[in-house]
Amino acid sequence: MIAELGLAALWIAAALAVLQLVGGAVAQRDPESDLAKLVRPAAIIQGVLAAFSFVMLLYLFAVTDLSVKLVATNSHSDKPMIFKLAGAWGNHEGSMLLWITVMAMAGGLIGLVERRLPEKTMMATLAAQAFVAMGFYAFILLSSNPFERLPQPAIEGMGLNPLLQDIGLAFHPPTLYFGYVGLSVAFSFAVGALLTRKVGPDFARAMRPWVLGAWIFLTLGITAGSYWAYYELGWGGWWFWDPVENASLMPWLAATALLHSVSVLAARDALRAWTIMLGVVAFSMSMLGTFLVRSGILTSVHAFAVDPERGSFILVLLALYIGGALLLFALRAGTVAEGERFAIASREGALVFNNVMLSAILGIVLLGTLYPLLTEAFDVRVSVGPPYFNPVGAIFVIPMLMVMAVGPLLRWRNDNFHRVKLPMAMVAGIMLAVLALVLVLGSYGWLPMLGLAVSIGLAIGSFLPLRGRNLLRVPTATWGMVIAHFGIAVALFGMASESAFSEERLAAVEVGDSTQVGPWTVVLDQVAPVAGPNWTAIEGRLSAQYGDGAAIDLRPQSRNFWAPPQETTESTLATRWNGQLYAVIGNQASDGRWQLRLWWKPFVTLIWYGGILVALGGLLALIGRLRTDLKRRSAKSRNAERKLEEAEV
Amino acid sequence: MTDPKSYAMKAKHQRLILVVVALAAIIGAGFLAAYALQSEANYFYEPGQIAADPPEVGQAIRLGGMVQEGSLNTLEDGITVAFVVTDKESATVDVRYTGILPDLFVEGSGVVADGRMDEEGVFIADELLAKHDENYVPRELQDMDQHAPDKTLIPAEQTT
Amino acid sequence: MTRWTFWIPLGLFAAFCGLAAYQLTQPKDEFIASTMIGKPVPDFALRPAHDERPGLTIANLRDGKPKLLNIWASWCVPCIAEAPYLEALRAQGAEVVGVAIRDRPADVSRFLATYGNPYSRIGADDLSEVQLSIGSSGVPETFVVDGNGIITYQHIGDVRAEHVPMLLQALAEAGQ
Repeated sequence: MIAELGLAALWIAAALAVLQLVGGAVAQRDPESDLAKLVRPAAIIQGVLAAFSFVMLLYLFAVTDLSVKLVATNSHSDKPMIFKLAGAWGNHEGSMLLWITVMAMAGGLIGLVERRLPEKTMMATLAAQAFVAMGFYAFILLSSNPFERLPQPAIEGMGLNPLLQDIGLAFHPPTLYFGYVGLSVAFSFAVGALLTRKVGPDFARAMRPWVLGAWIFLTLGITAGSYWAYYELGWGGWWFWDPVENASLMPWLAATALLHSVSVLAARDALRAWTIMLGVVAFSMSMLGTFLVRSGILTSVHAFAVDPERGSFILVLLALYIGGALLLFALRAGTVAEGERFAIASREGALVFNNVMLSAILGIVLLGTLYPLLTEAFDVRVSVGPPYFNPVGAIFVIPMLMVMAVGPLLRWRNDNFHRVKLPMAMVAGIMLAVLALVLVLGSYGWLPMLGLAVSIGLAIGSFLPLRGRNLLRVPTATWGMVIAHFGIAVALFGMASESAFSEERLAAVEVGDSTQVGPWTVVLDQVAPVAGPNWTAIEGRLSAQYGDGAAIDLRPQSRNFWAPPQETTESTLATRWNGQLYAVIGNQASDGRWQLRLWWKPFVTLIWYGGILVALGGLLALIGRLRTDLKRRSAKSRNAERKLEEAEV
Repeated sequence: MTDPKSYAMKAKHQRLILVVVALAAIIGAGFLAAYALQSEANYFYEPGQIAADPPEVGQAIRLGGMVQEGSLNTLEDGITVAFVVTDKESATVDVRYTGILPDLFVEGSGVVADGRMDEEGVFIADELLAKHDENYVPRELQDMDQHAPDKTLIPAEQTT
Repeated sequence: MTRWTFWIPLGLFAAFCGLAAYQLTQPKDEFIASTMIGKPVPDFALRPAHDERPGLTIANLRDGKPKLLNIWASWCVPCIAEAPYLEALRAQGAEVVGVAIRDRPADVSRFLATYGNPYSRIGADDLSEVQLSIGSSGVPETFVVDGNGIITYQHIGDVRAEHVPMLLQALAEAGQ
């Protein structure tokens, strides 16, 4: 009964999306018609219904209703409640339902709170949102129904992939989806603005909170996903340039560019067509990523079922939405009046540089991800990995970060470099000094060396916009920018440190033997079999000493799960302020020795702390924007708003 | 900056420079990426192809095939394993891998290895990707298996 | 920016769509003829998967009577979905033998007690050896094996109502 309720709610929501599209279209001709008045309520109720449907699915998982195929396939009555619930979105059908739920709720939220845009643009935006949602409703209802029942209830569920029984991963997909789908709002805004030709600072200010919100979630999602891959896969790496990872990185790159170009549009009314373009591209990247992951069209270290049928469905949706939006862009962009001009030596100039670089990086990642697809058409099979992505990406990342260290010091409109000569010289000096220091310390790859130098220069540079100001009177949004830029520097330092200073030790040791890695001494005390509720494991008991400090107990495992059968490597980590010891146990060799793989990774944790700081900066910026937004609601003067905008960033 | 006209002229001039620079950067990125892809992509080989047209020594390649039954053994140091990868035509390649074998690495099952050939014609693997679960075959191995596994059993691992 | 530049993104995207569409049509569809068809099942001997049915060896597949060889597991949900149709096949005279993949006797018994037991024999394949040797990489799969142990048909995925007549037909052909 519950499952049928959920399905019914979804069908009604889909019908409302159709109504919303029709109403929005009618409103373009006749804003006063009855249909047009229905658009906002339709959006809101659609959001409520989709949310209801998802809650029903959560309920089915919570009570482990084994007559529902999805529950039987992905859950188990003995699982902890949190993983039962996480099972609801830890699979294809459920995650698609989550996708449409977030999308419908976002649409409802626009209908509820957005009052900035001209009514016509608003209607066009909601119609676009409904149009995109319809495709995903069709996809779920026709090809991946999460509420499908089994002919006979299962006796017991199949559990959830043990790799996914992890609290970090449980919240990884929802976080990413909030990000992906948040970008759908930016997409709808862009389409709405193209339809009504209303692109300007007001449009930018209406769009900005949505982009910021989505971007915060994407940042958190990528950070969490990277950490999960790091400790769960047991390979010691934190980023593999895997198609699945790239699928989440590409929307982030596009959203980052969009975030900055929206600021230019809001403050200076420049970059009109470019901002619209990025709005379309950002969500396109989200959909493209989903397509690449779901269709199994590319090989990935992440396993997933290859399903051409679903892939084709998503490809059709892609072609319809992205193709349609780009066609609209091509037809209309020329008629959107040209925005303001600006000088190179100005804040806008620096932001445009950032946008160009981000676009180039996005292009490089996209090409690298799709290249195997291209060559396969000619029957040549290749895989593209770090040897391509790292150096080619760095060529654009490094200059971008250098400009980022000093760009925020420039004024809007027109400035000259002479004025910021001193801070620029200072940052450059710091970078050179660090580079010289690293060169003296030892020989490392040029990428990590540059990374260390740039990260320290950027860390200092990111606080320069605050100099000489009363810290209590600095706007929240500016603090947000400072923290986010500092977070990038922190993460970069972690990455560079990890690749420059990591030490690895791979050894076959007997029980009682000790081995060295970096400053650590690790002793294998014993190896014992242990058992969990649905797995058995070989557990190594290690005691690790940093220098001559106290011994820490480490217990890496190699686990064997029953039902479904799977083996996993459970790595263990010992975290200190200056890095992490990472331990994995392998098989027993025929002579009785055990394989141990140990890494000492100095400052590796900064990678994820940096990611969290970036997201925190985004959050501060969002809070700051929303607060001034609410303050300005009454004041209608555009000029005042623009002046404020220029003053605060 | 007092004369707005000259400012506009100057701005227009600067804008042109900017567009040129942006286009140059994007086009440069494109060419750079294309060139790097040519040289850095890992070509995929099956044992038969290695026998017929051996890759250059030291060039990064990806090898895919089946781990031959009974070929897996651990060398003296206890951490290097040697095994033989074979394909449908029963061409074989000797593989050495130093490290911990991935989960579900078993004889008779598919494997994809990243690495390079050495002078003796032995493939030195840096990394092994074994099948993740019963239902997953690396795309490169589908031709070797009878069919792409489809939605038959295990909830395939979802990662997004 | 001139007008024509606005068309560049669309052009690039169209190229991608063409490529992806081409790729998606490439993967092997479900009805590809298995490379195992016409080949004999390799020698094997499996212990009983639980105590109610005998195990399975190559000799059982060479006793002159064509059979359905069903690869399944108690931990597999589509196997539940196909259980009634295997039963229907048995009721219409097909002999069904099973290979249980990586399973435990208690689980096997419980599964069969709940969803019915169409099998005359069930072998336990703890390492998926037999499964891999006959070219099956997933569960459930159903093979038609003629009286001499030669595979004549491979069905991938769960058996549904519409497959029952087809499998009976394949069995009849294998018996000729």
